Amino acid sequence: MSAESTLSRRSFGQTMRADVWWAQPLVVFLGLGAFVVYSTWAALQGRNYYFGPYLSPFYSPEIFGPSPHSWFGAKPVWWPAWLIFSPSLLVLWAPGGFRLTCYYYRGAYYKAFWADPPACTVGEPRSTYLGERSFPLIMQNMHRYFLYLALLFILVLAHDVWKALWFVDPATGRTSFGMGVGTLVLAVNVVLLGGYTFGCHSLRHLIGGFLDQFSKSPACYRGYACVSCLNRRHMLWAWMSLFWVAFSDVYVRLCALGAWHDLRFF
Amino acid sequence: MKTAVFRIWRGNAAGGEFRDYETGVSEGMVVLDAIHHIQATEANDLACRWNCKAGKCGSCSAEVNGMPRLMCMTRLSELPLDKPVTVEPIKAFPLLKDLITDVSWNFRVKKKIKKFKPRPPDAPDGTWRMQQEDIDRVQEFRKCIECFLCQDVCHVLRDHRKYDEFIGPRFLIYVAALEMHPLDTEDRLEELRETQGIGYCNITKCCTKVCPESIHITDNAIIPLKERVVDDYYDPLGWLWKKMRRKKGSGGS
Ligand code: SF4
Ligand code: SF4
Ligand code: FES
Ligand code: FES
Repeated sequence: MSAESTLSRRSFGQTMRADVWWAQPLVVFLGLGAFVVYSTWAALQGRNYYFGPYLSPFYSPEIFGPSPHSWFGAKPVWWPAWLIFSPSLLVLWAPGGFRLTCYYYRGAYYKAFWADPPACTVGEPRSTYLGERSFPLIMQNMHRYFLYLALLFILVLAHDVWKALWFVDPATGRTSFGMGVGTLVLAVNVVLLGGYTFGCHSLRHLIGGFLDQFSKSPACYRGYACVSCLNRRHMLWAWMSLFWVAFSDVYVRLCALGAWHDLRFF
Repeated sequence: MKTAVFRIWRGNAAGGEFRDYETGVSEGMVVLDAIHHIQATEANDLACRWNCKAGKCGSCSAEVNGMPRLMCMTRLSELPLDKPVTVEPIKAFPLLKDLITDVSWNFRVKKKIKKFKPRPPDAPDGTWRMQQEDIDRVQEFRKCIECFLCQDVCHVLRDHRKYDEFIGPRFLIYVAALEMHPLDTEDRLEELRETQGIGYCNITKCCTKVCPESIHITDNAIIPLKERVVDDYYDPLGWLWKKMRRKKGSGGS
């Protein structure tokens, strides 16, 4: 059932578009590239990731680690000596995998990093194409499993905000309720990550999208409507939460380094 | 009177070239007006297809300045007229003449999609009952005017020529409209994965970008279909969960 087009295939970058079509993929390339570089660097540091009650979201939950936020104490003895250890490496793969398999990011990085296509109607560098049909990209279908993990992370990060409301007085050792700029930074982080995670396409499907008759399951329909509402701006949530999660790490790190004074409201 | 240059593709399957035509520009003009004017004055043999001039028949699809557009819905005021405006036939289908392509591949594809198969009627008079919320999603897809601009822009067809393995965004929304229909009982997921090639779509959203009916092709049709395919083929836990529920259901009854 062939429908051979008579016009020859365009070569890489060739297009009749007169606008700056390369601007958007370039911005995505720089934005995602900067995030990957920074988050990898931050994850490998293994220090300066907490300050008082604040814990960097790149290091949460801290399953094993040297800080008071650690769930199960210091680095386990069985950890191989040759393997680099950072509390972040134990957890960061989960939100990382969630973003990597996210439908929005997939579309964005296929364009920006793989030029497949570089932009709409712009010629591609390769003539072979497998799409998401075969290995490795068929693995993108795992996205919903990363979603389950990401939902757990939202709970953990929300709990971190709660913990960021309790400050220990270094003089008396007493814990008191309080709020600093860092508390707000971590709170905004949870809100933005929540907006991103609860607008996920897989969640939209699992909560009700799989149904053909919404009227028979009103609760599912309400859930579907809520997720759809966030889903409409999924790209925006994706970028805002990406920026803010990195900023939260920067903030906590600067406080921990003593380079920034965390303002306490009360 | 202001003028503008239109760089129009002239030729057929054997070959062709761009030719420049200058024409007057007045307020409210669309690209199709300019094409008609050129046809009436300078190039009587210029072939173009059109019908409604209201963005509803889907005949006047072309590529204006490199982007798939309906000529009748592209106002000259939104184009930079200091440079020639290029007008080409759509690229994904065989060229017949000038701006006209043979889009019949699409009709052949459509014929292969499993037909609507409603459940038995709900009422003795042979009618069915549906709620508005059940049909909202499908109504969005029914806005499609079959202009095939989305098929044209989709790199799986346009660049990779997977005509035999991929049905393209227009027919993915067609399948979605059937699959999500509250009355339909047919199952199309196997073909969707095997012969209709939903896995080829890499959700780069060019189809959504060019759709003149603003149908959210990728977000509302393709991704939900991909998720349904995941349910059936790539989700072992979900599969187990469904099996257990079914067992529980049958045990209880
Ligand atoms: S989103 Fe999928 S169907 Fe739409 S243009 Fe891109 S690859 Fe083609
Ligand atoms: S989905 Fe939109 S772009 Fe595609 S054929 Fe229908 S109206 Fe045209
Ligand atoms: S689709 Fe983006 S997070 Fe699931
Ligand atoms: S002439 Fe009918 S859509 Fe343009």
